[in-house]
Amino acid sequence: MQSTLFHRAAALLTTLMISGVAAADWTQRSDLNMRPGVTAVSQDVYHLHMIILGIVTLIGVIVFALIMWSVFAHRKEKNPVPAKFHENVVLEVVWTVIPFFILIGMAIPATRVLINMEDTSDSALTIKVTGSQWRWHYEYLDYEGDNNINVGFFSDLATPPEVWQRPILSGGLFPVGSAQEQVGVEREPLTPETAFNYMIEVDNPLVVPAGQKIRFLITADDVIHSFWVPDFGFKKDAIPGFVNESWTKIPEDAIGMTLRGQCAELCGRLHAFMPIEVKVKSQEDFVAWLAEQQEAAAEGPDMTPFAGLDDAMELGKPIYDRSCAMCHGAQGQGQGAFPSFQQTALMTDSNRIQDNIDILLHGRGAMPAFRAQLSPKEIAAVITYQRNAFGNETGDLIQPDDVQN
Amino acid sequence: MADHHEHHAPTGWRRWLLSTNHKDIGSLYLWFSFAMFLVGGLLAMVIRAELMYPGMQVVDPDFFNQMTTTHGLIMVFGAVMPAFVGLANWMIPLMIGAPDMALPRMNNWSFWILPAAFSILIGSVLMSAFGPGNPPAPNFGWTFYAPLSTTYGPASTDFFILSVHLMGISSIMGAINVIVTVMNMRAPGMTMMKMPLFVWTWLITAFLLIAVMPVLAGAVTMMLTDRHFGTSFFDAAGGGDPVLFQHIFWFFGHPEVYIMILPAFGVVSAIIPTFARKPLFGYASMVYATASIALLSFVVWAHHMFTVGMPLAGMLFFMYMTMLISVPTGVKVFNWVATMWRGSLTFELPMKWALAFVILFTIGGLSGLMLSITPADFQYHDSYFVVAHFHYVLVSGAIFSMFAAVYYWLPKWSGVMYDKFWGEVHFWSSLISVNLLFFPMHFVGLAGMPRRYADYALQFADYNWWISIGAFWFGISQLFLLWVLIKACFLKKGEKATDEVWEGAEGLEWTVPSPAPFHTFDTPPVVK
Repeated sequence: MQSTLFHRAAALLTTLMISGVAAADWTQRSDLNMRPGVTAVSQDVYHLHMIILGIVTLIGVIVFALIMWSVFAHRKEKNPVPAKFHENVVLEVVWTVIPFFILIGMAIPATRVLINMEDTSDSALTIKVTGSQWRWHYEYLDYEGDNNINVGFFSDLATPPEVWQRPILSGGLFPVGSAQEQVGVEREPLTPETAFNYMIEVDNPLVVPAGQKIRFLITADDVIHSFWVPDFGFKKDAIPGFVNESWTKIPEDAIGMTLRGQCAELCGRLHAFMPIEVKVKSQEDFVAWLAEQQEAAAEGPDMTPFAGLDDAMELGKPIYDRSCAMCHGAQGQGQGAFPSFQQTALMTDSNRIQDNIDILLHGRGAMPAFRAQLSPKEIAAVITYQRNAFGNETGDLIQPDDVQN
Repeated sequence: MADHHEHHAPTGWRRWLLSTNHKDIGSLYLWFSFAMFLVGGLLAMVIRAELMYPGMQVVDPDFFNQMTTTHGLIMVFGAVMPAFVGLANWMIPLMIGAPDMALPRMNNWSFWILPAAFSILIGSVLMSAFGPGNPPAPNFGWTFYAPLSTTYGPASTDFFILSVHLMGISSIMGAINVIVTVMNMRAPGMTMMKMPLFVWTWLITAFLLIAVMPVLAGAVTMMLTDRHFGTSFFDAAGGGDPVLFQHIFWFFGHPEVYIMILPAFGVVSAIIPTFARKPLFGYASMVYATASIALLSFVVWAHHMFTVGMPLAGMLFFMYMTMLISVPTGVKVFNWVATMWRGSLTFELPMKWALAFVILFTIGGLSGLMLSITPADFQYHDSYFVVAHFHYVLVSGAIFSMFAAVYYWLPKWSGVMYDKFWGEVHFWSSLISVNLLFFPMHFVGLAGMPRRYADYALQFADYNWWISIGAFWFGISQLFLLWVLIKACFLKKGEKATDEVWEGAEGLEWTVPSPAPFHTFDTPPVVK
């Protein structure tokens, strides 16, 4: 961010020269061209892309060369008397028919790749992907014939708001709300060294096995989102009321890799803040991981009461920062339509603790329901935190047992 | 006779508010569209200021979405479309030898609806920007996909719906006027196949407008009833279908993009022969190519929706149809090149803009061909590659052709030559900055940056910085045009223009004096 104009010019030239390969820091990233990706499908798409890019570049170069030739050779000084011709049937037929054949040449490989991409049969693993404002929910539905897996979790952006909120304007002109307090706060510059996975890191990544065909069932809870991991070679919209299908098969040599993607359909305020992170494991490791998850799920939620207020506050703060602060502000100050928590009636009136719990469990208006993503203990912790932070100091301690559906 | 009329023409504000004169209404349209171009550009500057560095520096992510939404709406409906209607108003009667548009009162009404429509839309932006606590302006993208714009739309969505209805009424009336004028008011001897290509492209555009603006009106009306009257057209929970919205929107939206580019083809087809001093190559094939592009535009809409989960057969159909469009479009580009070939070329400003149009529009067309390849589109879709593509065809395409038209006909409109120095500065400055602005968008798009992102991963940071520099530079460059226009139109300073203005110019508009008098062709000219 302190980089100078010179630095940027140098970076531009370097990336242009080593086309397709980004600077050394970004072995799995690109800033210039599509990456081939790790799967056979994404590599097919990459090759298709390069072929078409080659063809259109060639057409462009020929057309522009003709124009430039005309611009230099047929200018008035050199050619004072213009020719008179204004049609030529043979020429016109030729330049209608030749593009037609070029198009057929492009359509054949495109059709072949597309038919392959649409075949979701014979998958070993089925994962349901649900987009919501603004997180992904992954449910493992079926693995090698076992359709009673019961493993599912939410996946949130892990880059905290205090890293991405860097206002330079004071609030007022724009409805920023939090800007005023944030101005002048010293921040680490965003560089590859300090924040390599900035905006593309999550708390709970999707875990998948290599070497097996994985089918995704993609849908949404609220508005349309789009599930896009470039390495899978496809992008598929997550549409409320619809279930879309897609598949991928990650080769064995990608074991241990982390694949990254993003939401690709405008889904509201935090559209840019719901990335996708995929961890590739070997089949054995995946089976072990799945068993571990199933065990944890089978134990049921942890309902042990908090020993004291501090225990609950300690657990509540990170949950607040991850799940609430994006809308309600890191200091609970609220912004725009999102209410403030600073000494508001809901937060300080102890008769309204149940309201507070209900809103969190079931949602209200733009506020999503959290009963599926947070355990009763987590909900108790975060409400305890809200009611004792931001100058509220109510002393209310909510226990997991208080959180009833 | 002409003098007699002018005595009755109202003066002052009445001249403009009550105008039924095609030239005055044309000027109103052109100035209005230029104002909207600057307003829409200002919103783009906010977008680029935010995206200059990673992290949220300038605005809230929701305000960012309001900026992308209203930038798109204002540029499409406020800048590009009214600019071409203004051009049609000024030039079609002059080109076909008619005294005025066929329906002058409707002409007045179709213009004066627009300031109302855009006051409503811009009003919701101002309320959001300067009234803390007010509901946000439309923030769901210019494509306003349901349910983000219905169930989840802010209160200002209803303003937006009303505003779109007004724009639609205005466009339909403008289109009716063009069709009636062209069909009925051509001078004796001006057969259809003798009409200048600009008139042809506008005639076809007008039919497209009449075909699709009601579809848009239907879409926003369904949104309105979904929001307030308990219907569920687009709500899956009520048995409706969010994808239906996209089909309806793009059935309007794809012809809409040709509405914004066909008149540009007409402008360029007028300018290149003038400065090549050679007739347009393949006039008839240009007409047929335009008509085929218009017809094909009705059967390609779902290429905007390849990722919604269509059946394979549907994707293949829309892929093939979309690829087919490149054939007539290619014919046009080849015809322009053949027109220049062995001509006697000079490069006055209109020609410079027209050449820039041909080259940069072709880049946009070629990236469009790439986007038609469905499997590759799965990667390109909703990335900055798409943003690069449609800005190449709309900014360095449609808007550059408008600049070409303004420099070409300004001497006829104002009676004085444009300021050559500042005109050249405007051209070169815009040409370089527009490429700095939009070309790197191809790179970040292919590398994986989704569009409508308020913040991004760090590998996109360097190019985004360059893109923002290009954007500010391009924005400032347009102030040179403002100065050129003020000097020619209001200060009337500059070399006096001759009637013919350009050495190689052909057509009826060059037979009337410069500036064109208030009334022209009271007696129709005879076209041989």
